[in-house]
Amino acid sequence: MDVVLDNLDVFTRGMRTTVWLTGLSFALALVVGTLVAVFRVSPVPPLRWVGTLYVETVRNTPLTVLFVLFFFGLTKVGILYSAFTTAVIVLGGYTGAFVGEMLRSGINTVSRGQAEAARALGLTFPQVLRIVVLPQALRTVVAPLGGLAIALIKNSSIASVVAVKELSYLTGQLGNDTARYVPVLLGAAAAYLVLTVPLGIAIEALNRKVAIRR
Amino acid sequence: MPLVELERVNKSFGSLQALRDVDLVIEAGEVVVVIGPSGSGKSTLCRTINRLEPIDSGRILFEGMPIPAEGRELARLRSDIGMVFQSFNLFAHKSILDNITLGPIKARKLPKAQARREAMELLERVGIADKADRYPTELSGGQQQRAAIARALAMEPKLMLFDEPTSALDPEMIKEVLDVMRELAAEGTTMLVVSHEMGFARSAANRVVFMDAGEILESAPPDQFFDAPSTDRARNFLSKILVH
Ligand SMILES: Nc1ncnc2c1ncn2[C@@H]1O[C@H](COP(=O)(O)OP(=O)(O)OP(=O)(O)O)[C@@H](O)[C@H]1O
Ligand SMILES: [Mg+2]
Repeated sequence: MDVVLDNLDVFTRGMRTTVWLTGLSFALALVVGTLVAVFRVSPVPPLRWVGTLYVETVRNTPLTVLFVLFFFGLTKVGILYSAFTTAVIVLGGYTGAFVGEMLRSGINTVSRGQAEAARALGLTFPQVLRIVVLPQALRTVVAPLGGLAIALIKNSSIASVVAVKELSYLTGQLGNDTARYVPVLLGAAAAYLVLTVPLGIAIEALNRKVAIRR
Repeated sequence: MPLVELERVNKSFGSLQALRDVDLVIEAGEVVVVIGPSGSGKSTLCRTINRLEPIDSGRILFEGMPIPAEGRELARLRSDIGMVFQSFNLFAHKSILDNITLGPIKARKLPKAQARREAMELLERVGIADKADRYPTELSGGQQQRAAIARALAMEPKLMLFDEPTSALDPEMIKEVLDVMRELAAEGTTMLVVSHEMGFARSAANRVVFMDAGEILESAPPDQFFDAPSTDRARNFLSKILVH
């Protein structure tokens, strides 16, 4: 275990980057997902098509392929982002498709009468969605969204393929440098748990708090 | 000029014709009660007036103007027409007070403080001021429906549509809702009410409209309609609902 304790700073640096990477990606995913869901329930057919196309494309492409496409593809056409920014865009865009599908199923659980009452009051379509439908839809999908966030913490390790210095990249390096693979891997697993377990508890609490009283 | 005019309105759902050449005029201040068998098109009629259900052909005029197509203009028109649903449809994630202030703040652009003041007055009027901070499901059906009426009234509508407002309620709660509606009628509110509450129709309606299979078959003052309906179908319908 000494190898872990002696290199604690490697772990904390990695965790910090992982937290930033996950946090920013998930924030982006929420924005993308909301847009996708709104597009997919919109009364305007072309918007629905765009939403569907996005979800189907993203869901059916392996995440590594998206990474490589974005990282090397964009460099090729002369657009240069840092590896970190690229990772946030890819992870956020990818997760956004799933957030969108969850939100859409959440929207379907909100009874039609809710939107009708809002329309009958004279709210515009965007107001109906923003004020009445989405807040209720969100409440029903806190748990699955939370699961997605936890999965994202772990999946963010894929950013190591473009050398983002997050937890699994740095601990991988440490393993190589010290040749003490097992303790370093155990340490990495523990570090991921330190991130995911409290998040899981927080999500459970949030879920209870926002549940609509029935 | 009448408040609402429907001219030869037709509406189909697939092959099923829900409204058939419907003509109807509602004058300001009138209370019109619509009755008819299940599936005769009463709800559809109600819902075409604020265009929750777009029509296939014919014309609907509100204050002499055709109902606009989907968009900002339609939202404005809807804010002038209150609607009360059979299943209340209060916003589940908002307190009763917030349910009532939502429309005034978002659609009428009233300042929050004024909206709250007016909402409390309305809640007082329908007798549930003590429930302002509760959530819809914490109220009885009758209280929810009175809150829903208050929500519609908060928009200061020119017309109130009621689609079977008491048919989801336990008998002991029907009266408290009908009392509120009677009061509105007595104050001169223009109302279109789908309801089989004969007592309400007799005492509050200026006119009863009888529908069957998407058509308006009769339109007469309540006494005339109930005592001497002029069509067989109305007679038949009345004999069925008056028996039990
Ligand atoms: N959205 C819809 N899609 C398909 N058919 C519909 C729809 N809404 C109503 N209908 C049909 O149109 C006809 C008229 O329906 P409507 O709800 O207006 O009747 P109603 O008189 O209100 O009946 P009830 O007393 O049962 O409420 C019915 O046959 C109904 O099944
Ligand atoms: Mg009906």
